[in-house]
Amino acid sequence: MILEGRIWKFGADVDTDAIIPARYLNQSDPKELAKHAMEDERPEFIKDVKKGDILLADKNFGCGSSREHAPLALKAAGISCIIAKSFARIFFRNSFNLGLPLLESPEASEAIKDGDRVRVDLDTGEIFNLTQRKKFSATPIPAFMQALLKDGGLIPHLRNKRKKRG
Amino acid sequence: MTITEKILAAHINKKAVSAGELIDVRIDLALANDITAPLAIQAFNEIGAKRVFHRDRVVLVPDHFTPAKDIPSAEQCKTLREFAKAQRLTYFFEVGQCGIEHVLLPEKGLVLPGEVVIGADSHTCTYGAMGAFSTGVGSTDLGAAMATGRLWLKVPESLKLIYHGRLNPWVSGKDLILYTIGDIGVDGARYHAMEFCGEAIQKLPMSGRFTMANMAIEAGGKNGIIEPDEVTLEFIKPRTKRPYKIYRSDRDAHYSDVKEYDVSKIHPQVALPHIPSNVKDVREVGKIEIDQVVIGSCTNGHLDDLRVAGRILNGRKIASSLRLIVIPATQEIYRQALKEGLIEIFISAGGAVSTPTCGPCLGGHMGVLAEGERALATTNRNFRGRMGHAGSEVYLCSPAVAAASAIRGRICHPEEVVRK
Repeated sequence: MILEGRIWKFGADVDTDAIIPARYLNQSDPKELAKHAMEDERPEFIKDVKKGDILLADKNFGCGSSREHAPLALKAAGISCIIAKSFARIFFRNSFNLGLPLLESPEASEAIKDGDRVRVDLDTGEIFNLTQRKKFSATPIPAFMQALLKDGGLIPHLRNKRKKRG
Repeated sequence: MTITEKILAAHINKKAVSAGELIDVRIDLALANDITAPLAIQAFNEIGAKRVFHRDRVVLVPDHFTPAKDIPSAEQCKTLREFAKAQRLTYFFEVGQCGIEHVLLPEKGLVLPGEVVIGADSHTCTYGAMGAFSTGVGSTDLGAAMATGRLWLKVPESLKLIYHGRLNPWVSGKDLILYTIGDIGVDGARYHAMEFCGEAIQKLPMSGRFTMANMAIEAGGKNGIIEPDEVTLEFIKPRTKRPYKIYRSDRDAHYSDVKEYDVSKIHPQVALPHIPSNVKDVREVGKIEIDQVVIGSCTNGHLDDLRVAGRILNGRKIASSLRLIVIPATQEIYRQALKEGLIEIFISAGGAVSTPTCGPCLGGHMGVLAEGERALATTNRNFRGRMGHAGSEVYLCSPAVAAASAIRGRICHPEEVVRK
């Protein structure tokens, strides 16, 4: 799968309260959540983000709470993929379960700038910076997580498995 | 093998597992709350599941925005209530019986040593204090686990943390874990099991052990764990008749790293904004005036925590410049605090006492901060905007530091207020 979009760059240890503040968790409608994604961290994000855009961060992205509302809000806001030096554990699971791909690449995290346009090949883990004409590689996504992404997340994946079993 | 590896191996009916292995484990209990359960129930329904894997082993605790703070929160609680009824769940804790999940479940004997517990709440790692493997997951994982009774996970590497020596006056489990997070950072134990041991841990009461395991997630840990001992068994005895199994790490178990701390060098700690690893000795934080003090949460809403706060606040008044909010973690703790005269002490001191709720810890209700306000709290996270406005600040500490500082009006060492 090939993705292409503008980069939104964030720092280290971006927590789930920054991604979606708890004051909006009295409901779980993805569209409502998306309206407040990164609201306190970077208010212009939600105004300007376009479908397909890519989020870039430093280490430990998504630390803190287990709220699945965090990747849900980013996905509903249009984010197609997140690249970071590393991810917090629960956020990592939640994202793949929702069909939102994550890539770990310390080099890309350092070198790519906010606003750059980037093309990502999820099958190979190759990241190409169209603005700077530079190539980076990410740790390839394990096969069973690729399967999750292909089906659109854990729930459709389980449904498909059931169907195949008949 | 480590205690974590042994518990996981037993839950896939194998003699051994090793770190890095991907396994599909049988779970003993699945937990969700009023924020995470609605999405989990949605996932459960979308899979096409009809019944939960065991009606005694799926537990719903509406504790975050309860008693329902607004209409959407009330709708979320209703979703839980209806699901619990339809599935005939044994354990759905309605307001009045409810409490903060991670204090409530051990109190009710629903979690025991050697078990595998998952919860759609990051602080599910708390139960490791009883020698269980417990970890937080998201709603989709939880929804699938409610249906299947299973979860895939990677066996974590273990990080051994040894605490030597004797605790200084007013130093608690909270200070040890804050100090540790300050040392290793918010991703210092990312994907790891944090195994707490040493004579200082053996001397900690269950409350302090729960506090330490609770904040394993603040170092990025998958689980925190403490080998059960006499203190654990004493805690469990009156609470359950269910059988359980005790596991201990082998002497030759493999650890990715071993850290040793001399606790006699550790004094009360404070985590400054806006990250839990920004930790300092309370005597080094300088003059920090505060607007609100919160004593409670899944981290420090235990009876022992209220007792410490009560000892300091007894016969004293809080500073007129601040609000003090005290939240017993469960109804049982609330009732016992009443019997012991603690609630009387808090109210006489000028504090407000709330029914059990997570409330202010995550900026939900019962003490949300305005712009520019500063709170000192016994909670677990101090991220920007965690307790309210993005322009507010949260400092984290123990109940002793919180109570003493409420009297002083600024962050201080408890010995400034009372000699131990």
